[in-house]
Amino acid sequence: MATERSTSLQLDSSGNLRHFLCIEGLSRDLLVRIMDTAESFTSVTEQTVKKVPLLRGKTVVNLFFETSTRTRTTFELAAKRLSADVLNINIATSATVKGESLLDTIRNLEAMQIDMFVVRHADSGAAHFIARQVAPHISVINAGDGRHAHPTQAMLDMFTIRRIKGDFAPLKVAIVGDILHSRVARSEIHALKTLGVNEIRAVGPKTLLPACPEALGVQTFTDLDEGLAGVDVIVTLRLQKERMSSAFIPSEHEYFARFGLTEARVAKAKPDVTVMHPGPINRGVEIDSRVADGPHSVILRQVHYGIAIRMAIMALAMRTGSDFTARKESRP
Amino acid sequence: MSSERILIAAGRVVDPASGLDAVQPVCVADGKIVGVGHHPPGFAPDREIHVPGRIVCPGFIDLCARLREPGQEHKGTLASEGTAAGASGITTLCIPPDTKPVVDTPAVVRLIRERGQKAAQIRMLPIGALTSGLNGKDLSEMSALKQAGCLAVSNGYTPLASSLVLRRAFEYAASHDLLVIVRPEDQELRDCGCVHEGAVATRLGLPGIPEAAETLAVAQCLVLIEHTGVRAHFGQLSTARAAAMISEAQRRGLPVSADVAIHQLHLTDLDVDGFESLCHVSPPLRTAADRDGLRKALGDGSITAICSDHQPHDPDAKLDVFSATDPGIASVETLLPLTLRLVDEGVLSLSEAVARLTVGPANILGLPTGRLTVGSPADLCIFEPGATWQINGSNWRSRGRNTPFWGDEMVGRVTQTIVGGQLVFQA
Repeated sequence: MATERSTSLQLDSSGNLRHFLCIEGLSRDLLVRIMDTAESFTSVTEQTVKKVPLLRGKTVVNLFFETSTRTRTTFELAAKRLSADVLNINIATSATVKGESLLDTIRNLEAMQIDMFVVRHADSGAAHFIARQVAPHISVINAGDGRHAHPTQAMLDMFTIRRIKGDFAPLKVAIVGDILHSRVARSEIHALKTLGVNEIRAVGPKTLLPACPEALGVQTFTDLDEGLAGVDVIVTLRLQKERMSSAFIPSEHEYFARFGLTEARVAKAKPDVTVMHPGPINRGVEIDSRVADGPHSVILRQVHYGIAIRMAIMALAMRTGSDFTARKESRP
Repeated sequence: MSSERILIAAGRVVDPASGLDAVQPVCVADGKIVGVGHHPPGFAPDREIHVPGRIVCPGFIDLCARLREPGQEHKGTLASEGTAAGASGITTLCIPPDTKPVVDTPAVVRLIRERGQKAAQIRMLPIGALTSGLNGKDLSEMSALKQAGCLAVSNGYTPLASSLVLRRAFEYAASHDLLVIVRPEDQELRDCGCVHEGAVATRLGLPGIPEAAETLAVAQCLVLIEHTGVRAHFGQLSTARAAAMISEAQRRGLPVSADVAIHQLHLTDLDVDGFESLCHVSPPLRTAADRDGLRKALGDGSITAICSDHQPHDPDAKLDVFSATDPGIASVETLLPLTLRLVDEGVLSLSEAVARLTVGPANILGLPTGRLTVGSPADLCIFEPGATWQINGSNWRSRGRNTPFWGDEMVGRVTQTIVGGQLVFQA
């Protein structure tokens, strides 16, 4: 039922992307179209003049109710490379502190003829809520809502995996760490499943695994070595400092000893394993520097692809991305 | 009390307390029932209500309805919500103590009773606060509250500071033979949860409230009820396991009863999917297995009352990110049709369904109403069981429109409500 509700909210009547809120409910074809469009933008980001005019005259608002450097920056660059006007609003220091409701904030910005909101919020469901409330011409892109979803991160990770591994179907993927609180993990799991990955593992202590892993279609492991055995891709999640003070885990030291990704642990996986991390990384907590900077790591490539994938999603949501791909393909 | 003599004729009289289910006359005089099945000698009615095809039953007793006055009149008032309840066949409403000011002094008890009765012409029974200002630490003046008319005390949604305070509160309430109403929830296990901890919470990434938050609180209370001998009632159960624990305690002879909110018998956590804030309730909607377990406990008599758990809200209260919205459903007007839906679905017989709205809650509170016995107060509801109506702005009376059933077709419509022998509602 949620899947249906999310689908109807995210797509218009002809099945085109309207809002990009979560992976759940989107088709395999659409995810592939996003990656194909991003593929066409990677060349743009490597040119000396890194701009295309697809969103010229459009106004994109980065509406961040939660601090972020990487995600906000890549969204800003993506919008600018599409020639949009970009406005960054950090609400942590803005009106909601003065008691303005979320809805009033949205209404006020709407009145300024905005075309797209890129939203980051600490509560699950925030992007869905805003998408339901905004005027019909406005697109909403979820840049992370609570523990729920971070779909652009998931898509850039899928893009990275596709570029390295090619086919999704034969892959075994392990996601390691704080799955319970991770919007990245939820979105990645949905994306991997939609793209045909059969074996997805969630690895962590029971305090950091969700109550119903079967609802996500993952196998859980509380032992890292078992969880990593024979996998093609490892996604290590960031461990938030506050997990120590609320009795989820005893210490960084013990966490690293049991769940930290070291070279010895990586050796349990396939020889050509790819190591990913959504960032920002805690060296010596969830990942050893020798792994983070080692030959299997693609952490910086993830960041690089983040711009192309966000350009693709923004362009498709403004219904201009497909034109761009079509134009490129029709070029002699 | 009205001195009017009323004859209710040709209706199908359903009185679960006596097992009566037959087409019979009911005679009312001086605010009391003076005849069922026969006219008392010399009875000459001032008014005859001819109700063929309709059901005549005791007026409904709702164990939990927040009317929002005093303190939150922008959400609802004693008049608006009381009128909505009266038009829905409810003749007695129990009001939890978490008004502003809190129901912890005789003055607030009297204010709600008197103002409420005047505004809506139905009986309003404020539940006294178990602790002063609901602070969870200091006992309220329960004896004074009882003298002012409170039949029960409760701490509502607010947790008690410790198990020691809980023990003392039970002992003190038992000393005054006051019923304690517990809404069982362990606040620490609840943490920042806003939905049932299960598949939907996992998928939506919403912080969950585990089943154990309810069962742990029930277990703790049952131990202290046995220890102190207090009469206790568990309100608004949400889990099948808690219902089973209470049922087992009843078999052991403990003086405990339980109710369930009507929405818990129809909705599940799947209805929250898509961040549906109209289904944000507390305790949360749980699994289909819990709903079925609660239905079973209702059928076997371990749960003897269905309440509305009415919580009207202004529109803004539901217009936010899910976890920031206020929990609750405006539900007095759907109480009867959704209870009749249980009859339609084979969960309860008609007589059992009426019992859970009448004699069931009356016995929990020790009220003389909820039955059609000669000499008891004439609180009656007359309804058309097959009448259909669609919930919309033209027929909805509550100030709160926060119901997930908005726009749905309901079956069962109240046509008359009589309180103390006075016709207070006529469709």
